[in-house]
Amino acid sequence: MTLSLTNTAKTYADGTRALKPTKLDIAQGEIVSLLGPSGCGKSTLLRIIAGLETPDEGAKLLFDGEDFTRFPVEKRKVGMVFQSYALFPNMSVRGNIGYGLKMQKLPKTEINRRVDEVITLCQLEPYAARPINALSGGQRQRVALARAFAPRPRLLLLDEPLSALDAALRGQLCDELAQLLRSFGITAIFVTHDQDEAMAIADRVAVMSHGEIAQIGTPEVLYRAPQSEFVARFIGAAMPLGRHIDDNTLHFETGSLNLAGSQAGKKAFIRAEDVRLDDTGPLRAKVISVTFLGTHYRIALAGLAPDPVFALHSALSAPKVGDTVGVAINPAAILMLPSDKKAA
Amino acid sequence: MFKSPAKLFQLVITLLACAFLLIPTLQSALAGVTVNYFRGVSSGLTFKWIIEVWALYSGSIFLSIWLALACLMCTLIIGVPAAYALARNPGRLSRMLEEFISLPLAIPGLALALALLQLYGGWREFRMSWTFILVGHVLYTLPFMVRSVMSVLAAIDLKTLEEGAASLGAPPHRRFLDIVVPNALPGILAGALTVVTLSIGEFNLTWMLHTPFLKTLPVGLADSYASMRLEIASAYTLIFFVMIVPLLLAMQWATARAQRIMS
Ligand SMILES: Nc1ncnc2c1ncn2[C@@H]1O[C@H](COP(=O)(O)OP(=O)(O)OP(=O)(O)O)[C@@H](O)[C@H]1O
Ligand SMILES: [Mg+2]
Repeated sequence: MTLSLTNTAKTYADGTRALKPTKLDIAQGEIVSLLGPSGCGKSTLLRIIAGLETPDEGAKLLFDGEDFTRFPVEKRKVGMVFQSYALFPNMSVRGNIGYGLKMQKLPKTEINRRVDEVITLCQLEPYAARPINALSGGQRQRVALARAFAPRPRLLLLDEPLSALDAALRGQLCDELAQLLRSFGITAIFVTHDQDEAMAIADRVAVMSHGEIAQIGTPEVLYRAPQSEFVARFIGAAMPLGRHIDDNTLHFETGSLNLAGSQAGKKAFIRAEDVRLDDTGPLRAKVISVTFLGTHYRIALAGLAPDPVFALHSALSAPKVGDTVGVAINPAAILMLPSDKKAA
Repeated sequence: MFKSPAKLFQLVITLLACAFLLIPTLQSALAGVTVNYFRGVSSGLTFKWIIEVWALYSGSIFLSIWLALACLMCTLIIGVPAAYALARNPGRLSRMLEEFISLPLAIPGLALALALLQLYGGWREFRMSWTFILVGHVLYTLPFMVRSVMSVLAAIDLKTLEEGAASLGAPPHRRFLDIVVPNALPGILAGALTVVTLSIGEFNLTWMLHTPFLKTLPVGLADSYASMRLEIASAYTLIFFVMIVPLLLAMQWATARAQRIMS
């Protein structure tokens, strides 16, 4: 393991418990995303790794076996991309990118060579001599990345690097960023509260909730085998299904489904893409709203659970509000999860 | 352009106000180069008075310039790090410290001078040296430097910029020199010009602190008004103007620049 955190917690001076004791291991070259709702402690964890916050007593941070828990920021050799980019307004693009190399006291020719290299890699050639305030948001984002990467840090940390951009640009830069990080071949930790961003960029995603890592795994595992209600709801927006479970039967107002084996004490969840409108289906539901989304309709149904359940319906036409429709659900698509009362 | 009477009225008022300020100034300046003020300009123009003022008071002029520069050095060395520390650690204590530094703004210069005299008056060498006046000037001008730098620092996200520099391997002193100072430069410049201008023009406090051998420009001015003929006093005013007006203009320019950065 390249980076390994044990028992890392953070209590702020005002008593806020931002991070509960956390364990995290990251392999060489791996890109890990910290994903979670606002205020769940993502930035806190990232800033502890960067050395910008001191963890509570008892934490241990190792890098390739070396304990760096007490190292100051400037000795940690981590590159950091801030949400606001924090580019130095008193320097040009070149000056910003070369600053880390200057701090390493490299000779001038070497600095110039490596700055050129990174500028080419990040496709910043046309802007190299510009002052920072003459750049667009997307260009600033690339300069921030280039600046963090130029000194060849052991670890690259990114705190919501795309959130300052507008939605259209974000999608485009997200792919670009994923590609760049891969081409760097660097170990990176990436904070975001956007599920698509995390999935697109990361090898593994750590879903965080209320100051702890709820589950960590590849995007596929998180999506297909969430271990808790929180993860299921957060990744892919799973919805509770049915009224109650009675051994191996899931009961609805207007019917029931058989489940595989005894599921007593668990809760059933379903995703919108697995709810199929089918007049021959075993269940009945009432349409309460229909939203046209181009490729499909998003239909809210009453009668499948105490709350409305959404279905994605790909067809040329949709039922009308107030209609009663048949619904088919493949029992294999139902997620059976231990019920946690305190889920957000 | 002057169609409406309201516009015309405005113009007349503005011109009158300008004249009200400018005419005495011009008259005084003219008096400084007139052979005999009581006979008017018809008596002829001369540089005689200016040369005489120079002979009598050039020491005061150089002392003032020297004091202003020394005062600038002191306020830079104390004020910039102080402003940085205050901006970096916002809180009740910082606010109180800032108010404390700003006290000399509210207290009349005379009272400040009296306090200095009471405290250090018995220390003869210090009392008689130019550094005594310098201490007064530094106390009086420091809040201008601190506030000017602080207002620029408050407008930039200093903490994150410094964190950025630190993550790139910059130790604390490099962050201060590479990031804080260059970004605070407009504020430092505006503060510096204010300090120099105030120090050169300061009269209240300096008048209390000066000795017969240490007269600054404004103290000399008062002296010449009190004891010389009117043409010499006017020539003195002229010299004072020539020195202070470019400084004021530069100060305007620097303040405008600092404000542009803050907006
Ligand atoms: N300096 C601080 N002092 C006190 N509490 C803090 C401080 N910084 C953060 N917190 C609190 O710690 C918790 C976690 O904050 P953190 O910034 O890590 O959240 P986050 O997951 O990054 O959220 P976001 O997505 O909004 O950035 C929050 O409840 C926040 O209010
Ligand atoms: Mg955050």
